[in-house]
Amino acid sequence: MSALLEVSGVSVSFDGFRAINNLTFSIGTAELRAIIGPNGAGKSTFMDIVTGKTKPDSGAVTFGEKSTSLLKLSEAQIARVGIGRKFQRPTVFEDQTVAENLILALKAARSPWKVLAWRIKSIDLEKVQRLAVQVGLADHLPRKAGELSHGQKQWLEIAMLLAQEPRLLLVDEPAAGMTLAERERTTELLTQIAQTRAVVVVEHDMDFVRRLNCRVTVLHEGAVLAEGSLEHVTKNQDVIDVYLGRG
Amino acid sequence: MRNQKSRLIFVLVLALFTILVTIGAQNGLVSTSFVKTLGKTLCLCIAALAMDLIWGYAGILSLGHMAFFALGGYMIGMWLMYARTEEIVVASLANAGLPATPEEISQGIASQIFGVVGASDLPMIWGFAHSLPLQLMLVVLLPGLLALAFGWLAFRARVTGVYLSILTQAMTLALALYLFQNDSGLRGNNGLSGLQNLPGVTAGQQEVSLWFFWAAAAALCITYIGLSAIVSGKFGSVIRAIRDDEARVRFLGYSVEAYKLFVFTLTSVIVALAGALYYPQAGIINPAELAPIASIYLAVWVAIGGRGKLYGAVIGAAVVSLLSSWFTGGRAPSIPLGFATIDWVNWWQVLLGLSFVCVTLFAPKGISGIFDWVAGAASPDRKGAPLGRDDGSLQEQEALK
Repeated sequence: MSALLEVSGVSVSFDGFRAINNLTFSIGTAELRAIIGPNGAGKSTFMDIVTGKTKPDSGAVTFGEKSTSLLKLSEAQIARVGIGRKFQRPTVFEDQTVAENLILALKAARSPWKVLAWRIKSIDLEKVQRLAVQVGLADHLPRKAGELSHGQKQWLEIAMLLAQEPRLLLVDEPAAGMTLAERERTTELLTQIAQTRAVVVVEHDMDFVRRLNCRVTVLHEGAVLAEGSLEHVTKNQDVIDVYLGRG
Repeated sequence: MRNQKSRLIFVLVLALFTILVTIGAQNGLVSTSFVKTLGKTLCLCIAALAMDLIWGYAGILSLGHMAFFALGGYMIGMWLMYARTEEIVVASLANAGLPATPEEISQGIASQIFGVVGASDLPMIWGFAHSLPLQLMLVVLLPGLLALAFGWLAFRARVTGVYLSILTQAMTLALALYLFQNDSGLRGNNGLSGLQNLPGVTAGQQEVSLWFFWAAAAALCITYIGLSAIVSGKFGSVIRAIRDDEARVRFLGYSVEAYKLFVFTLTSVIVALAGALYYPQAGIINPAELAPIASIYLAVWVAIGGRGKLYGAVIGAAVVSLLSSWFTGGRAPSIPLGFATIDWVNWWQVLLGLSFVCVTLFAPKGISGIFDWVAGAASPDRKGAPLGRDDGSLQEQEALK
């Protein structure tokens, strides 16, 4: 399987602190991957680098069949190449309706002139409707996103990610603040999405990771400590020492 | 739907107002100077609409937009002054007997216009002043290009918030100081005057004032409809999203900088056109019009009227600027307090400042908030930290109820 995202030998330091230390990581075109690690292991910095928020000091990040380097692209360009990101706290546009949020995210031309001339078509409405059904928000389309509950906001954000039709999704702690039932539903949704796209889930919660039932990458001090099935990495002595042993 | 309804109401109210003022003016009930004041107010409303687009919708607090207003005025003023002076010069040379050569005419115009700053040659920037179409083009191009260049530099460097506001204040101050110089080519602190006299028009000011009033009303109507179409579509959705969380918009693939630049330039051009309609009614323009305070007033009008609502901006600009001209016109009765007298010419500023503070603190939606209140529309208020995992989707405040 050819890799969709290749991160090789990436390092970055902030004020002398090495947040990411010679990190190498890759993921296939349709794969679900969980990244775990203690606080400060570099999980968020890793996402920042892939999405263009942080520029690494050294190393290479390439994406897609043509191995496009992401390092020279802006955040917006990276998003247009096909990388979507979900933040830890749900960040939806609270002052706008659920439908408006989804329409914003729908894959379409992004330049000001084209957006100015853009008119909604029935196919777009269908897409919005389908996405809303998928995440259980079909009855909430005309409501302002700010009125939604925490879990609903999380789902709206996931639906917005899907609307972008990205090839790679980076999801930061999706289960935070969800009820048990909501988490089960999220697990289902993520595994379903991963059948056609690459999904990277950063998660603290081991229960949730177990449920995802996928390959796991353990980060520690900005580098990969272990990789494999959850069974495999939980037996790894290094992993037990730095991470699991603490709990 | 709501947007279309408010659009219709706005157009109807404006049309009714225009008709009433016209009838009043033709029956002598409304004085010519008051028609001019109303016409100027409508131009200020257009500027406030643009300010609402950039501040209320896109969240960019520009405190330099009145610079573009004045630049638009200067550009149209150059043609007005040139063409008017040309008429006078040609008329006076015609009395001399011999037909005047073009050189004599242009010499005459130059010394007429620039005698006041001790120069007798037309500066290069007056090269287009003889032609109305060319000068009208400059009304759009000069402010537009300036805004494009300034915005490109500022937004590319990701200057935001209060830093951008300060930068725009610096821009308008720098322009004002430049124009104050006698050798700036625009008559220094004398500015351009006599702009109320339209070249080639024999009609009296009473009629001309009504023409401009109609033009301003039409321009306001077009601007309102255009901007309300923009903000109710996807573009409006994008810029409101930029206002609320620009980092998130970037991760959706929109180039935030391109949008900001677009809005900055578009609003500058709108404001410049409003200025080009304003100054022929005011009759005079000088560099004091570019003072930083002018742009701050523009923001105050929009804040008092209610930002994020187009009709709010119009109401704010109309109410505050009309009140301002009433209070500062010396017609408001002074209030004797025994130990001191409240003389409104000076105290108006205090009142305005206080009402700005009060609106900011107690009524962030401004005057237009009244309409929301009447309609019973509430904005989502679901504050409080999430309770954390397993306690589920309830927010703190709901769970504690």
